[in-house]
Formats: sequence, structure tokens, C-alpha cells
Amino acid sequence: MSDTTLGLWGIPLAVLGGAIRVSTPFLFVSLGECITERSGRVNLGLEGTLVMGAMSGYGFSYLTGSPWLGVLGAGVIGSLLGALHGFICGKPRVNDIALGIAMMLLGVGLAFFLGKPLIQPTAPRLGAIPFGFFSSSAQLRSALNVNVLFVIGVALAPLLHFGLQNTRWGLVVRTVGESSEAARALGYNVNRVRLLATAAGGFLAGVGGSFLSLYYPGSWNEGLSSGQGLMAVALVIFARWSPKRCLYASLLFGGAGAIGPALQSVGITTGYYLWNAAPYALTLAILIASSSATRASADMPAELGAAR
Amino acid sequence: MATGGAPNAPSARVDWADIGARLEPFLIPLFALFVSLALFGAFVALAGQPPLEVYYQMYRGAFGTWFSFQNTLQRASPLLLTALCTALPARAGLIVIGGEGAFVMGGLAAGATGVALAGSPRAVILGAMFAAGAVVGAIWIGFCGFLRARRGVNETIASLLLTYIGIALLNHFVEGPLRDPESLNKPSTRHIGEANMLGSIPGLDVHWGLVAGVVACLVAYVLMERTVFGFSAALVGGNARAAKLSGVKVAEVIVITCALGGAAAGVAGSFEVAAVHGRANASLVAGYGYAGILVSFLARHNALAIIPVSLFLGGIAASGGLLQRVFALPDATVNVLQGILFVVLIASDTLYGRIRWRSLAGAR
Repeated sequence: MSDTTLGLWGIPLAVLGGAIRVSTPFLFVSLGECITERSGRVNLGLEGTLVMGAMSGYGFSYLTGSPWLGVLGAGVIGSLLGALHGFICGKPRVNDIALGIAMMLLGVGLAFFLGKPLIQPTAPRLGAIPFGFFSSSAQLRSALNVNVLFVIGVALAPLLHFGLQNTRWGLVVRTVGESSEAARALGYNVNRVRLLATAAGGFLAGVGGSFLSLYYPGSWNEGLSSGQGLMAVALVIFARWSPKRCLYASLLFGGAGAIGPALQSVGITTGYYLWNAAPYALTLAILIASSSATRASADMPAELGAAR
Repeated sequence: MATGGAPNAPSARVDWADIGARLEPFLIPLFALFVSLALFGAFVALAGQPPLEVYYQMYRGAFGTWFSFQNTLQRASPLLLTALCTALPARAGLIVIGGEGAFVMGGLAAGATGVALAGSPRAVILGAMFAAGAVVGAIWIGFCGFLRARRGVNETIASLLLTYIGIALLNHFVEGPLRDPESLNKPSTRHIGEANMLGSIPGLDVHWGLVAGVVACLVAYVLMERTVFGFSAALVGGNARAAKLSGVKVAEVIVITCALGGAAAGVAGSFEVAAVHGRANASLVAGYGYAGILVSFLARHNALAIIPVSLFLGGIAASGGLLQRVFALPDATVNVLQGILFVVLIASDTLYGRIRWRSLAGAR
């Protein structure tokens, strides 16, 4: 029983393990974007935030020797970028989508500039919880070796769901997202709520970025992110602005991204590069299926409609 | 004909509010440019380099010598075309950021066509290459427009997703079905043959893409500002529902503007293969599509303004090498400047119509 190979069963197992690994950044970015969009704004700049988070997380971990300080630092940097987006968008006539594209370019540029000295050194990385300790199969154990950030993210999704539905803060964010006029009439500062919601979203996106450099792939280089930040924005639409559904959607996307490497691991290399396109094609297919030309989704925050 | 009693007699008083409002489209971007340069200067100073010295070297690296100016022109050429990929749909109110994908797919299509027609006359090969690039690019972005018009799919996200799909397709084809077995380090399609390549403009070390880009911008300007189609597109961009009520075929206009933009980016990719590399490979993924987005926004989606803005951003890109050599600044310095410029420019949108020109001018 000890060293049995799993044969073709290795594929779904590798996909499962890969899904957990690949989905973690999606999960954090989409949860962050979920908060931001619930307040009635779109932050497309999270792709830049993700890359900045990856760079700064690695940098802080290298400088302090603690990967968790790296995660925290990445979150703080991410929230600063989010706050900048929120602040500029608070000015009249500024388009949040266009600003997001600009922030994406700025974030990636800054990360590449500041991250140059970090390509060589090795920073302490995050650990994993060996849920597969009971098994003697190496494949099963590696698949169930779950990183801590994923566990936090899984706990965070229902927590955010509860927070948005049942707390005063959640109600304020949703009110601002559904009708800025009503929120203003109730005495809330719409721009401040959105700024805070964008900063909170930036924090989570930064944490998601730190996962890339501190766990998987686990080093800093310029090719680290390939659009995960943007796909997460599409994922929020698919998850119909619900943190809980963001979790399921992230796992689905992670699974799609893990198919290619999983097939390769058992020796099937045909169409490897086409499998790389699977998550993007899936996202697009889902976007097409979930959009409608005539009516907006009932779950969509009403203030988003004005921006789109 | 009397000068005294004409209704617009009070010409002695200068109408600052009117002049200011007219000049806003020029003054505000210029102001944003200066703010960005100041911010970038502070950034460079924080990185321990003298800002003025850096700006001087950037000028030298972009426009200082004949050699560097040619470098600038070369880098500006693809931007002229990829910027149109954002600018044309923007007229109809769409934010398309997938120029990189159309560029890559156009290049791949051109490369594959060039190889498939090997042995044919040079004119046939080149003509077919550009046609293939234009058609594939048009389909690529036109599809985004179609999805937007028919299904209400967000074109910004869709076009970017298609970019990643396009890059994956490029990798698939150059690593697999179309791979030249002799390309070892850098998987590529077969070379289209040196004799078949498009030469440079006489007297310059710049390929014909520059001329094509300038012509395309001029044509796009006339199309958008002087034709019924351009007017319909502006109507759709202003208020799609009102446009529909006044009989404009909204979906058609959206798909056509997107397809034209995509064709421009696809042709840019074809030039990259026909005039620079001679084959399609990962060199096509060089960020020209993304830089085109910035060009288009800086030019406020005006096709005529794209020409000087492309030169300006081509110059910034060209100066990157000199910055690396003289100041040991990383190559991403240029990206930081572009990012700052973009953010400040979008932020400056808030100034339109809100500046009190009259009180600024000191008049009562």
C-alpha cells in the first residue's frame, strides 16, 4: 500500500491540490473586490495591487525574516493603493474603470522597479498544514498539504458574508452601493465609505499577492502574475457579489488552472499551452453566460450600473 | 457693416471663461504632464538620482541625436496603430484594453500566412500577410464588441481575457504545430525569408509601419469627425438609448468600431513580423498593446492627437536604455513614469469645466 502509484487517479488528485493552491490568490482578490463593488465602485487596479503585494510581501519577509510580517506588509501596501484609487475616484467626473487601468499600470511598474533587488535573494516562505498526514501515498499527502492562507481565506468568506448581511458596517456599505442618495440622506459620507471599502479590498488583494511570492510559486519575479487580479474582477460578477459564492468560484477557477500542470505531471503534454488558456476561456464563457443585454443581474449593486 | 452697433460689440472685454473652456482640452493634459513629471522627479530623487539630469538624459535618449530619434520613431510606429484599438471603440463609449491580444494574433496570423505562401511572389506574400493580420485582429476585438452589443458582456474584461487567450494560442502554435525545428532557444514559426521582408523607409532606419500608422490615424480622424458613421459612433458613445431612438444601429456601430480598432492592432502585429522579426514568436508580446491604451487615453481618444502622443511615449520608451546605462536605473523606470502619467491624467478629468478661468485671469 505504501508506494502505490495512483495512475490516472493522480489527475483529479493533482487537480484538487492544484485547485487549492491556484485558487488562493483568486479567493483573496475576489473577496476584496467583492467588498469594493458592494460599495458601488469597481477597482480594476487590483491586478497592479496583486503584483505590488507579491513584491512587497517578499521584500518584507526578506527584511524582517518573518513571512507573516511579509503578508501584513503586503496587505498594508495594498490598502494604500486601494485608498489612492478610492481618493481619486471620490473627485467628480473621474471614471473608476479608467483609473483602475491606470492603477494597474502604475502598480506593475512600481513593483518591477522596486522589486529588482529582490529577484536574487531567498526570503522565508509561508508554511502549510499537512492534512494528509494519515496517508502513506505521497501524491495524496502533497495534494492535502494545504497552505495556511487558503484556510484563512475559506474562513474569511462566510465571515465577510455574515458581516455584509448582518452588521452595521455591512449595512452601510450595502446602502452606499445600492443608493448613494439614500446613504447621503441618512448622513453617511458616501466617498469616505467607498474609500474605506476600496482600501479594505486593496488589503485583501495585497495579501493575495503575497501568496504568489511567499507560497506558490514562491519567489519574486516579473512573470509572477498573469492576470489573476483581473480575472478575480470577472469572478465577482460570476459570483453575483456574494463572498460565499466567491469561494466556490475561486475553487472552480483554480481547478481550471490546475488541469494543464496536472496532466503534465502524469506525462500528458499535448496541448499544454492550450490548457494554460483554460481559466481565461472559462472566465469568458461564464461572463457570456451570466451577462444579459437587456437587464442587469438582480444581485448587482445598483450604483455599479451607473458606472458601467 | 457698421462696427459700432453690432451685437457682439463688447470686444474690448476678453471673455476668459470662453477662451479657457476652449483651451481646456490642451491646457489640462499639459498641466497633468507637468504634475506627472514633478512626481516622477520626486520618485527619481528618492531613488537617489538627480531628477534634472535624468530628464536631460531622457531627452537625449529620445530626441537628442538622429540615432535616438530614429529609435523613437521605431517605437512610436506600433503605438500609432495599437492606440487606435482603444481610441476607435472609445468613440462609441467602450473601454477596450485588448490591443495586445489583437497585436499578437495579428502577428501570428501574418507569420503563418507568410510561411504558408512560401514561394509566391513577394507582393502576394506581403499583401496576404497584412490582410490576414487585419482580419484576425478585426475578428478578435470585433468579437468583444459583438459580446457587448448582443450580451452586455463587459468589454474591458472580455478584451483583456482574450489577450491572455491570444498569448496562450501564440505559445501553442510556435511550440507545436507551426514550430520551426531549427529555432531552439526561442520557439518560432519558420522565417518568411529575408527577401520577402518589408524594407525600411528610404533614408531612415524605420520600417513602413510608421507611414501606415500616420495614415491610419489620419483616416480614423476623418472617419470619426467628418462622416455620418463617426457621428453615429459619437451618438452611441454619448447616449446609446437616445442613439437607438434616433435610428442609429447601435450594435452595428459598436461591432464595426471594435473591428476597425482590432484590425489596426492586427496590422501593427503584422508589421512586427513582416518588417522586424521575419517570424512570429514570443517577441510579439512586448507590451505595445498595453502602451497603446495609455497613448489613446493621453490623446483623449482623438485620432489626430495620437500622432504626437505616440512620438512622446515612443521617446520615453526609447530613453529607457540610456537611463539603465547612465544611472543604473532599472528598465521598469519607464513603466513607473507611464503609470504616474496615466493616473495623474485620469485624475485630471475632474478639472474639466470646474476651473474658474475668469477669476484666474484676474478679470471681474
